[in-house]
Amino acid sequence: MSKFQGVDYYNLDDHLSQEEILARNTVRAFVEENVIPIIEKHYRAGTFPSELTLKMAELGLFGSTLPAKYGCAEMNNVAYGLVMQELERGDSAIRSFASVQSSLVMYPIFEFGSEKQKDYWLPRLASAKAIGCFGLTEPDFGSNPGGMITRAERKGGGFVLNGAKMWITNGTVADIAVVWAKLDGQIKGFLVEKGTKGFSAPEMTGKHSLRASVTSELVFQDCFIPEENILAKSGGLKSPLKCLSQARYGIAWGALGSAMACYESALNYAKSRIQFDKPIASFQLIQEKLVYMVTEITKAQLMCLQLGRLKDSGKLRFTHVSMAKRNNVYHALEIARIARDIHGANGILDEYPVMRHMANLESVKTYEGTHDIHTLIIGEDITGIPAYT
Amino acid sequence: MKIVVCTSHVPDSATKVNIGGDGKTIDKAGVNFIISPYDEFAIEESLRFKEKNGGEVVAVSLGGDPHKETLRKTLAMGADKAVLLKDESSQDSFSVARAIADYVKEVSPDIVFFGKQSIDTDNAAVGSMVAEMLGIPSVSVVVKLEMQSGKVIAEREIEGGHEKVEARLPCVITAQKGLNEPRYPSLKGIMGAKNKPIEERAPAARSPKVQLLGMRKPLPKNPGKIVGTDVSAVPQLVKLLHEEAKVI
Repeated sequence: MSKFQGVDYYNLDDHLSQEEILARNTVRAFVEENVIPIIEKHYRAGTFPSELTLKMAELGLFGSTLPAKYGCAEMNNVAYGLVMQELERGDSAIRSFASVQSSLVMYPIFEFGSEKQKDYWLPRLASAKAIGCFGLTEPDFGSNPGGMITRAERKGGGFVLNGAKMWITNGTVADIAVVWAKLDGQIKGFLVEKGTKGFSAPEMTGKHSLRASVTSELVFQDCFIPEENILAKSGGLKSPLKCLSQARYGIAWGALGSAMACYESALNYAKSRIQFDKPIASFQLIQEKLVYMVTEITKAQLMCLQLGRLKDSGKLRFTHVSMAKRNNVYHALEIARIARDIHGANGILDEYPVMRHMANLESVKTYEGTHDIHTLIIGEDITGIPAYT
Repeated sequence: MKIVVCTSHVPDSATKVNIGGDGKTIDKAGVNFIISPYDEFAIEESLRFKEKNGGEVVAVSLGGDPHKETLRKTLAMGADKAVLLKDESSQDSFSVARAIADYVKEVSPDIVFFGKQSIDTDNAAVGSMVAEMLGIPSVSVVVKLEMQSGKVIAEREIEGGHEKVEARLPCVITAQKGLNEPRYPSLKGIMGAKNKPIEERAPAARSPKVQLLGMRKPLPKNPGKIVGTDVSAVPQLVKLLHEEAKVI
């Protein structure tokens, strides 16, 4: 099969800088050479390809928009988005790993942490000497994180944490967990280090989706956190939501990568699969499906590019991110399903990437704010009326 | 140590090439350009040479503004500065080599790296020509390189094996696949490259020795024939290969 050349029906590359294109093409080549050849094996085994972690760090994929003084690339958000797109073309697990490390661990430390915390943790996280995870969701509090049960109490020059988190990417392998808990009724962030007494992170099993990603529970039983490990500048639900907004931004771009992988596979398959003595691409029903795919990809690209430019110019609102995450993941999933259709029975085989992307996107549609919650976020924004309860 | 690495900006090897309206150039519409793959081995080796021996790496390319894209990537990989010998006219190997030799003579580096050939015109000539013009040693198709007491020891590919040669500095090395594994430019390198200079120079006028008269694409192949899909087709296949294709 020929090398992936990207999908650019509207010549959007004309609107990208040389650095943005080079960053994208570099990660594209990295994924082509390092991720795609091994990802099916890991997906089948239910393992994260940890052999890639250091290579990803060397490339600068962690915290790449943060300042150079922490060992980061200090890229703009469009370049970051393009990087996420290419990672997810490999697999949602790879993009999720980079998203969590960058947006949900390094970002909150950068945004809410002390200088000491930043100086200590950010270079370690950028170089993958430390892996991080983010604990907000609980078994009984998903779309309603404000109802969380996890509590911190002041005790003996620090805090005592009790509670449990669920659906935590990288939990089991993390050296540091950014954990959100209520302290005197207000949500605050805490850094919980691996090996802390009373803290365990068992891996969740039985997933049919994101199989190449580690998903865990975090359990805190009278877990003592020293005073210096609180994210002092965090406060209230808006703090973790700010982190999620960063991660959702990456997901909006990432979904494009999955969609592109499925579209490319379907297009190639349709042109080479012969039925009734001609390629199935010559049938109107197949063409309609392919046209839907490339049109939705192009619309999502336009959305992402403007979203990135808004973020880079400081005009971005979190509702803008909700719209792109909601739209792009929804259509990426539809594209994956239709791609499976075009591949016929072959579509269920791991010889093609479509079923894997499809199964992954079922998670992506739900995590970091479900499709429906994003609908309500935008609904509230345009009507002024919250409809969550 | 002063190191020069020369890079070429060529159509991606996955490109389906079409010939332009003048019949002498390719149609560049929709064509993705890349660093010539053998040049990537040259770049990587130049960077390793610098990392081991100190000094600076200067990347050089001859062509128009689009070549800056290739130079920018070379800077992102770790080169210290870049020079664009700006000339958009039609070139042959000699006129490319002449311009590069003039530049190299001026900066007098310790070593000059090229890819063993550029994958667009495939002449595999420029590196050796530059060495000849400067009267310095040239080692081509190199798969292993080290420096020992001011000399380079190189292994190069020959028909059916390798040979080991020694050359004094300054010299020209042309890189073959296998010499190293080229690094990816890091995202930090890409951002850092923004602030590295690309100097533009106009090379002196020179005339190509070879004139391009025209290009044509290979003739389309006739469609294949499926004789059968199992072992029963073998006798018929042998018969056709013998009598019709006349290859056995």
